[in-house]
Amino acid sequence: MYLRNDDRPQGSRLSLRVAVLGGVAVALFGVLFFRLWNLQVLDGDQYLAEAKNNRTRESKVIAPRGDILDREGDVLVDNRTSLALQLNPTKLPEGLTEQRQELERIGELAHMSLPKVRKTIREGEEVAAGAPVTLRRDVGYELIAYIEENQTDFPGVSVQRVFVRHYPDASRAAHVVGSVGEISEEELKDPRYKGLEPGDEIGQAGAEYTYDKFLRGQPGLTRIQVNALGQPTPGGQLISTPPTPGKNLKLTIDGDVQTAGEAGLAGYGRGGFISMNIENGEILALGSYPTFDPSDLIEPTQAQVNELYRDEELAPLVNRATEGAYPTGSIFKIITALAALENGVISPDEVVVDNGEITVGEQHFKNAGGVAHGAVELRRALQVSSDVYFYLLGLDMWETNELQEEAHELGIGRPSGLDLPEEGETLLPSKAWHEQFVEEGLALEDRPWSAGDNIQLATGQGDLQTNPLQMALAYAALGNGGKIVTPHVGLEVEDAAGRVLKEFEFEPQRRVHIDPAYRTAILEGLHAAAQEGDGTAAGVFGGFPIPIAGKTGTAERPGHADQSWFAALSPYPNPRIVTIATVEEGGFGAESAAPVVLDILEAIYEKQAAAVSAAGGAE
Amino acid sequence: MMYATKTRQARPEPFAVHLGIGERLGLAHMDTLLTFAAVALAAFSIFTLGEATQNDVPGSPHYYLDRQAIYAVLGIVGMLVLTRIDYSRFRELRVGIYTFLCASVSLVFVFGFAARGSRRSFELPFFSFQPSELGKLLLVLALAGFVIDGARRGSPVQRTVRYLFLGLAPAALVFLQPDLGTSMVYVVATLAVMYFGGVPWTHFAAIGGGIVALVALVLVVAPMAGTPILHGYQEERLTSFANPNEHSDGAGYQQNQSKVAIGSGQFTGRGDKATQTRLDFVPERHTDFIFAVIGERYGFMGAAFVLSLYALLFWRALRITTLSKNSYGTLVAGGIAVALLFQTFVNVGMNLGIMPITGIPLPLMSYGGSSVLATFLAVGVLQSINVQAHLSQRGRFAW
Repeated sequence: MYLRNDDRPQGSRLSLRVAVLGGVAVALFGVLFFRLWNLQVLDGDQYLAEAKNNRTRESKVIAPRGDILDREGDVLVDNRTSLALQLNPTKLPEGLTEQRQELERIGELAHMSLPKVRKTIREGEEVAAGAPVTLRRDVGYELIAYIEENQTDFPGVSVQRVFVRHYPDASRAAHVVGSVGEISEEELKDPRYKGLEPGDEIGQAGAEYTYDKFLRGQPGLTRIQVNALGQPTPGGQLISTPPTPGKNLKLTIDGDVQTAGEAGLAGYGRGGFISMNIENGEILALGSYPTFDPSDLIEPTQAQVNELYRDEELAPLVNRATEGAYPTGSIFKIITALAALENGVISPDEVVVDNGEITVGEQHFKNAGGVAHGAVELRRALQVSSDVYFYLLGLDMWETNELQEEAHELGIGRPSGLDLPEEGETLLPSKAWHEQFVEEGLALEDRPWSAGDNIQLATGQGDLQTNPLQMALAYAALGNGGKIVTPHVGLEVEDAAGRVLKEFEFEPQRRVHIDPAYRTAILEGLHAAAQEGDGTAAGVFGGFPIPIAGKTGTAERPGHADQSWFAALSPYPNPRIVTIATVEEGGFGAESAAPVVLDILEAIYEKQAAAVSAAGGAE
Repeated sequence: MMYATKTRQARPEPFAVHLGIGERLGLAHMDTLLTFAAVALAAFSIFTLGEATQNDVPGSPHYYLDRQAIYAVLGIVGMLVLTRIDYSRFRELRVGIYTFLCASVSLVFVFGFAARGSRRSFELPFFSFQPSELGKLLLVLALAGFVIDGARRGSPVQRTVRYLFLGLAPAALVFLQPDLGTSMVYVVATLAVMYFGGVPWTHFAAIGGGIVALVALVLVVAPMAGTPILHGYQEERLTSFANPNEHSDGAGYQQNQSKVAIGSGQFTGRGDKATQTRLDFVPERHTDFIFAVIGERYGFMGAAFVLSLYALLFWRALRITTLSKNSYGTLVAGGIAVALLFQTFVNVGMNLGIMPITGIPLPLMSYGGSSVLATFLAVGVLQSINVQAHLSQRGRFAW
């Protein structure tokens, strides 16, 4: 042994071993160099040809969109799978005759005439050039088998498993959930849709639009190796990224309340309704009639398009609760009352004599039906809906901007902050607006802002244009003591297993000063109007077991029969929910809008009672 | 370092000696060619990863490049630190080093991060650390100490059995992770230390016979008896290189594609037209099959340049075994040199289709923090042996 550590290793025996190892290393490196030379220099041509023969085919695996659920987790929108026959126009044969022949063959398969095939392709190209055009959805399995067997005869034709939005209850909550559609060329340039490709589906309206980034999934990708004929080679799956499904969206909507509201409204005609939590702005129900089935928008036929856009009166796509623009009639009076009280124009107990009409200059303003209510103070004026009481308040404030300022603060004539894209133009008439309107030559008659204009506004008439959503914000502020909440339908985002991934926070937008004594007085008047004696809605709500505060409205709309309104805060005296309905040409407030609100409130409180008794039974 | 004493006052030197920067850092006697080979390989790795993996991680084209560069810088710093340390201290620490080695490769069973069914590494905040990579160096440092220490105890046969046991215990732990390739490196490193430790040729002949018998047992007898020792994929990889076309969908497929990639590079390479390694035909192109990337992109010129750097690395390592001031240095240098040679040959041979697929990374080229770091540290130990040899003024010959 040569080992003794402090010595240097003995030369001869070590150098023999080093030499042997060196020789082995030379041999090993020699093998590697020789093999390398062999592969790259001697047989390089052959391997290069083999490499060039390696081809890949990529295909996108579509990810399903997330479901939309109501606040209790019931499905409002989910997906169904469908097989779609698709054609990639860029892969068609170049020669005109060959192209024509292929299109004819494809047309036969899809039961479409040649002009129709060409038209579908042209239309698809307009939406998104370069994307595969879907010729027909819901094709059968026999067709797929046929095409796969004869792939060489059909270059560019493929069958894709696609996800199609499915609406289990057809039109239920259609205006809230909205619709989806293929991304357009302009939308592709929008940073909101970064990374999407032609042919991808995005939310086009409603919650589908607002919460698109949560609902939209991430498509997967498979890349497989194919030979020169385009056939997959065995084991040639190179990469496969699975698609990530979209997240589920839970809405604040309560499906049962929504159903009750829709059924109720449909019984009376065109209009809209909203029911909202006044503390946090969660919308429990939001609907409009006439409505539509969003599945008609997926691949609409011309007949369906005609139906949906037939005439302006019906306009089923319009959400009348948020996009409507109507005078409100007497439900506006709480705003007039708040403006007058807060600005010291009147006190709650001050008595006004209502003779049935007032005259300002040459104009006469009458109560509905010309009834004289006699001596009224605030509560009584609200209970019997004395117009004269509020005409006088409008008259007192006509030279100031106090009524407009209060209404503006309460949310009339300005964006509400709603988390849906459908919000219409509204108008709060004021002196400044009127002057500009006249200046631009848009007014029918060239006259200055008058007391009459303000008197009209004080009772929700004249040029006022608003909608149930804005009125709901004002009533909610009255109910909660001055908080302007942010109305919303988005509650939270969940994964497929129901775990909450994100809760949406909607902070109140601002506060309006409301004296608690004034609030109490107005609520007393509204309670009397809804449920006591000769209150305007006592006929509808007199027998309703839950105490509420409510106000009828009957709006005169030029060229139309009167529009019916009803606004309710419930339960009285500590309200939690505001519910407002309007029916176009529905007559008096108590005639149609109030029964719709009653339907909604019944649904809410029956459910609550059932929950309470279930909890009681469990104890 | 100089300091004045009472008897000898510092006087102005007749010829002022200015210490160079290398001298002052204690790096004067580093082996320049060895440093060059190691750093050049790491640099070529970073360059290749930067060009070939731009689209691998969506959104961060420099993902692999940045990380490999960080690992290389850390490795070079570690190498410089080890260069300044007298490696002989590791001999005194052999029991601690050996215990740490066995503990760290065992702990992955408990805390390890499982990748593709195999627990090999720990998840640390910045990267996952694979203790079996550093273990190659630790095994050599500890085992060389044991061999020196026990050189005069027991008969030659007893000694051989003892060394084998000490080396094969950690190898078995790594094999069970399961990591067949790395455990083979452990076995080879053990044999290399024994070889430089003077174990008689006859013993090696006996061990060789034993290995042949073991392979026969594992690949032929045990499967026939119905108790296979290797996992199916391990066996397939080990045997498929002999006949790749038979397995064109599995292990043989990978190797066939790797061969096509290297062959298609021809003499000058295909550059960015390198479809084989760009389009995922070759799997694991940033780790086990990085040599195929080099072969396809840079052709024979690039691949031969890389092989030459490995030859240079091995030559300098082997040279250091003969310069060492003591036997411990010889054994350590020999173990490191052979481990590097073995890994290089097996990995490049696998890329060229003449060795089985074993998952052994190509030292300094394959992407991976643990491997790059461990290899640079091993080079640092080699440098330390070289520096100490020069400081002891007893280097006798060089070639």
